[in-house]
Amino acid sequence: MPAIIELLGLTMRFRQQTVLRDLTVRVKRGETLCIIGESGCGKTVLLKLMIGLLSPTKGIVKFDSKDLATLDEQAMTKMRLRFGFLFQMAALFDSLTIYDNVAFGPREHNLCDEEELENIVAERLLEVGLPAGVEHKKPAELSGGQRKRVGLARALALNPEVMLYDEPTTGLDPIMSDVINELILQTQRTKKATGVVVTHDMKTVYKVADRVVMLYPLARLGPNDSQVLYDGPPTGLDDHPDDRVRQFVRGEAGERLRELAQNREK
Amino acid sequence: MAVASLPAPPNGSSPTPVHRVGEQAFDIVADIGDVALFTALTFSWLVRRRTRWSVLIPNFYAIGVSSVPVVAITGTFIGMVLAVQAHSQFAMMGLATRLGSVINISLVKELGPVLAATMLAGRVGSAMSAELGTMRVTEQIDALTALGTNPIHYLVVPRFLACFLLIPLLTLMADFMGVIGGAVVSTQLMMVDSFAYWQHSREYVGGLDLFAGVFKSFFFGAAIALISCHRGFHSRAGAEGVGKAATEAFVYSFIAILFLDFTIGIAWNAVYKAIWPQSAGLL
Repeated sequence: MPAIIELLGLTMRFRQQTVLRDLTVRVKRGETLCIIGESGCGKTVLLKLMIGLLSPTKGIVKFDSKDLATLDEQAMTKMRLRFGFLFQMAALFDSLTIYDNVAFGPREHNLCDEEELENIVAERLLEVGLPAGVEHKKPAELSGGQRKRVGLARALALNPEVMLYDEPTTGLDPIMSDVINELILQTQRTKKATGVVVTHDMKTVYKVADRVVMLYPLARLGPNDSQVLYDGPPTGLDDHPDDRVRQFVRGEAGERLRELAQNREK
Repeated sequence: MAVASLPAPPNGSSPTPVHRVGEQAFDIVADIGDVALFTALTFSWLVRRRTRWSVLIPNFYAIGVSSVPVVAITGTFIGMVLAVQAHSQFAMMGLATRLGSVINISLVKELGPVLAATMLAGRVGSAMSAELGTMRVTEQIDALTALGTNPIHYLVVPRFLACFLLIPLLTLMADFMGVIGGAVVSTQLMMVDSFAYWQHSREYVGGLDLFAGVFKSFFFGAAIALISCHRGFHSRAGAEGVGKAATEAFVYSFIAILFLDFTIGIAWNAVYKAIWPQSAGLL
């Protein structure tokens, strides 16, 4: 399968801190790629680089073979409309109703008239399993799980080719987490969208991933070590020869406990 | 906020005071450049694409209509306090009837525009900065970009238009209420003859004086909008970051108001003297 997204030799630095170093990752069209790793290893930064919300310090980001750095504003906007992004805390617009949140994308870009928009919003909200009447509420009136689902409905309203999910199950109870996982699978099946899921929830990984990339924080790597510890199917994670991969997947503190003890002694 | 940074100190050593001073200087210059770029982008989006009425009207209401009571109260009390403070000095010199000219010229040229703008920097500027800062830290601004909408066009332009167009109208409101407040205190409490009060006001306060005050308020409105929106957009994470952005929005807007008041006054005076060289100047 050809790659729809290519991150080539990416380095990302914020002031004195380097978060990503010489990273190369390709996302194949139609697959669901899960990116896992410890907090602070650059997973969310990677997601934002894919859609051009951040520009890399070095390296190339390509979408559909086009280098994002060469796109003018209009071309960048057109490119972004091919993406849907579910943010970690949903990032719903507080001052707008749920209806206006979901309708935002199609309305801003004049993709349809108001009558058609009503149908689109109703369909998207139904797809994500939200009850009738929710469209008149404001985001603050909804639970965390409901807000995530509205965020997903808003992202899907533009019929994206690629869906980006930033820790979609963080902060949710186990049942709601599974609902979100099912919605990710449903989106993949019905919309045939390529998916990139940043998560540390292994249940999500095993349920939705076709392929997994595991990143490791640069601060704990040597100068020539690769930041990618694993790139392959989810089945290869559990008995991977690298301790760091096995410990992450099994949720074992291991080496980190020794580090914590050493820091306390200091 | 700076897109580039100074190189790290060599050999992993901790930054020296010189390095810290250099870093702060670098940040200040980068900030000034950032504000200039932000302003240029705002003006560019102002003309490139029309803003929807559905986005403009709520901003006009929040910034303009909702500010009327507080600006009216501010203006009224400015006039009243001026009358109370100035009356005894003028009465001692037998010039009590001239109070009207002094109160009203001070109001329309300086106190009305500056104090109304200061009040609005506190009320409107801090609110805009806090709102945009909260949107920044909750990724709503990123969400706008991800949905193919330019955040400056959608968030900053309507606020800029509301401040630029409505702050002058609010200044007129402050002037009007100040004139009324000053007149009521002067004629009803201080028992200044009302005919003489208004006659001297008319002699010394002209249309050009009123225009000078309103002219300045356009610049004040623009400064409040740009500074407050910029602070909000660049808010750091957390409640502390948003709070700091709101405080900075007011403080920097206030400093900008004072600076603009001074420079526009100098410029206005120079223009006035150039057109009417025989006059003593507008100041």
